[in-house]
Amino acid sequence: MNVKKEPEGGLLISPIRDGTVIDHITGGEALVVLRILGITGTTDESLSVATNVESRISGSKDIVKISNRELSKEEVDRIALLAPEATINIIRDYRVFEKMKVEIPKSVTGFVRCPNPGCITNSNEPVESSFETKRGKLQCIYCDAIISENIAEYII
Amino acid sequence: MHHIISIKELETEEINALLNKAEKISKEGFVRRTLEDKLVALLFFEPSTRTRMSFSAALSRLGGDVITVDSVEGSSISKGETLADTIRVVSSYVDAIVLRHPKEGAARLASNFSTVPVINAGDGAGQHPSQTLLDLYTIRENMPLDNIDVGLLGDLRYGRTSHSLSYALSNYNVRIHTIAPKGLEMPAALNEELIERGIELVHHDNLQDVINELDVLYVTRIQRERFPDSASYARVAYSYRITPEILNNVRENLILMHPLPRAGEIDPAVDSLPYAKYFRQAENGVPVRMAMLEEVIL
Ligand SMILES: Nc1ncnc2c1ncn2[C@@H]1O[C@H](COP(=O)(O)OP(=O)(O)O)[C@@H](O)[C@H]1O
Ligand SMILES: [Zn+2]
Repeated sequence: MNVKKEPEGGLLISPIRDGTVIDHITGGEALVVLRILGITGTTDESLSVATNVESRISGSKDIVKISNRELSKEEVDRIALLAPEATINIIRDYRVFEKMKVEIPKSVTGFVRCPNPGCITNSNEPVESSFETKRGKLQCIYCDAIISENIAEYII
Repeated sequence: MHHIISIKELETEEINALLNKAEKISKEGFVRRTLEDKLVALLFFEPSTRTRMSFSAALSRLGGDVITVDSVEGSSISKGETLADTIRVVSSYVDAIVLRHPKEGAARLASNFSTVPVINAGDGAGQHPSQTLLDLYTIRENMPLDNIDVGLLGDLRYGRTSHSLSYALSNYNVRIHTIAPKGLEMPAALNEELIERGIELVHHDNLQDVINELDVLYVTRIQRERFPDSASYARVAYSYRITPEILNNVRENLILMHPLPRAGEIDPAVDSLPYAKYFRQAENGVPVRMAMLEEVIL
């Protein structure tokens, strides 16, 4: 068994056999990332979270390790809104099988609520919210409302 | 299929083409029966006099027919039907839909469900492209949209007409001067967007500082509700009021515009001065809307 050496979080978190490691999450955002992924105390993934780990690159970062779950591209995109620097490492048999840099999606449909109460997407119409992303900000394609900070609060 | 939902989606060439068409219509004296066998639904889910009447007038002058809902009460809307369903059904009756709705983004939603072109006639605090086009038309009727100074006066924070107009002007070589009461300044995001689109933007604290350097002064309403008390409202309203005196040293070619209805922003004594173009502006709604209807239907 060849467990890869972990330069930063290694002392805090033990290796996993299969699953996903989300690394380089903006310091302090790990719990929000979990919420976006729908991972709460009631779901049965086993996970470990390290927050505010010292990082060579970015001062401090969070790391999340999830056993037995490989994140899909769509889930990865959701994370990008909050943790644009994050890397996703798919772990298989203790090794990094695949590494993905998160990409802020050009558009975001369905999982972010428009902050404008007067927006048609906040009514009983059969329509999903939809945003275009511009430099990390989200703009509603229906009403032009902009979410520039606290994106987490608007995640459905 | 060609909808007109937001001024932001129109390229400069498309705007110019619409304005040229409106100009031609106006020059030819409105005799044009291009939509003779066409039927248009005016769906107004919010009260409106001007926009609704001028769309009706525009369509009649093109020889087309209008069908309409008289009031929201008693209609399917008050029975809880979604806009999406209403649009699906109505679009099967007509050749185009003109929609006014209190919710922002309603027209875009409608365009997703409609089988015919949709023209946005105002969606809540959102877009109102026919207003913006007739504003541009009115400026262009008086001067080229090139190297001019346009002042925007009033509530620039909530005023959708000023937002859309400033955005539309960013297609041209125009300097924009903003004059807004404290707390009612243009939203930061819009400022940024305009600057990014190459507009020179200058903010002023009071009208006197800039009025003599303007080619266009676009006046909008300042609403009483935006102020904590009548005294502070009265003070602001007074300092923004356009009177004959304040126009003493303005540029000879200055035009004064206002989307109407006005409250006290422009002294009626100004109406007879050559600068006053706001009634002409309202009149221009007809050829501009004729051009829009033709554009989407033909
Ligand atoms: N088997 C494993 N179990 C848990 N975490 C792992 C495992 N393998 C790698 N990691 C973690 O995944 C992240 C990415 O690993 P790696 O590609 O080796 O490092 P880096 O991205 O810093 O070059 C690091 O945080 C590392 O500690
Ligand atoms: Zn919206």
